Amino acid sequence: MTDAEIDRRELLPALFPAPGDTLMVSGLAGASRDAAALTGDGDRLFTMAGTMGAAVPLGLGMALSAPGSQVAVITGDGELLMDLGALATVATQAPDNLSIVCIDNGRHGETGGQLSHTSHRTDLARIAEGAGLASVIAIGRPGEIAAAATFLAEAPAPRFLLVRVKAGPPAAYKRDLDPAACRLRFRNAYLDAG
Amino acid sequence: MTDTDKDTWSARLFDHLIEAGVRLFAYVPDAGNARLIELAEAHNEARPVLLASEQEGVAICAGADLVGGRAVLCMQSSGLGNCPNFLSLVKGGGFPVLLIVSMRGDYGEQNPWQYPMGQAVEPILAAMGVLSFRVERPEDLEPATTAALAAAFRAGKGAALVLSQKFLGAKAF
Repeated sequence: MTDAEIDRRELLPALFPAPGDTLMVSGLAGASRDAAALTGDGDRLFTMAGTMGAAVPLGLGMALSAPGSQVAVITGDGELLMDLGALATVATQAPDNLSIVCIDNGRHGETGGQLSHTSHRTDLARIAEGAGLASVIAIGRPGEIAAAATFLAEAPAPRFLLVRVKAGPPAAYKRDLDPAACRLRFRNAYLDAG
Repeated sequence: MTDTDKDTWSARLFDHLIEAGVRLFAYVPDAGNARLIELAEAHNEARPVLLASEQEGVAICAGADLVGGRAVLCMQSSGLGNCPNFLSLVKGGGFPVLLIVSMRGDYGEQNPWQYPMGQAVEPILAAMGVLSFRVERPEDLEPATTAALAAAFRAGKGAALVLSQKFLGAKAF
């Protein structure tokens, strides 16, 4: 296990210096707060506040249907654990434009910080490797973030980046929680850009 | 129903889906969708997407929709039981989702394990705001497919094409 010394609020801006270039989908709770803060709740990001486990397969549907775009899924350990099988689904499809970033705080942050399996014995990077994703790395120190950004830009896809972060709050960002409005916002922006 | 019949209706259904712009065929394998998935495998623009669990297919349909694509989720009726939470994307998010459900636990079923979920299909669809289009006889297939496609991709609803065991033939074992 690597150390968990990263403040999650400093992670995404360093991983995605030009977030507008990537289509993003984020899973419920902290992952969506961090992603919304990164983009200013932008129109190339679809955040969720329910449907726990849906971020990876939703990103896969997007990546397969928009092969000319780079797609990033931002998820957490609890969200990813809800649908581990989706990693196998991604591996079999092997999209060359999909990255998965798992912000692993070892906790269910939204419901009171109760420990998740990754605080016990479970290693999600090894699960992603076993599922068959093309490129997998795990980091836990601030000094490793720059190399992780290069990994997301250059490693063969599908990529899986596990980031072990300190327990602590996600970005304090109030995003739009209306899924129908967020769907239209994303869709209109993507389709108008042609 | 003979294999030839199955080839015929699956081919008609597949042609309708392709014509409506469906390109991703998310599925958990089932005897009822086997031929349809073979056709998707053979078509140069269609892509079958093997799932570990049916709920992933709902999210794949939503992800495709966000970038203007169209997907369907093909599964056995038991798999619908894995989907309700993700169907929040339909009821709350207005995502068009088309489900193709091959029934078990329906008409002539001999396996008692299949009945609880088979009989819960319609209540679950109704609870999550998904419209049901049932196919009981061969002549139902065409209009039910047209109606389900219109509900999903023109009206932006959740729609399920429900292929009954009367139509598919009950599995004998």
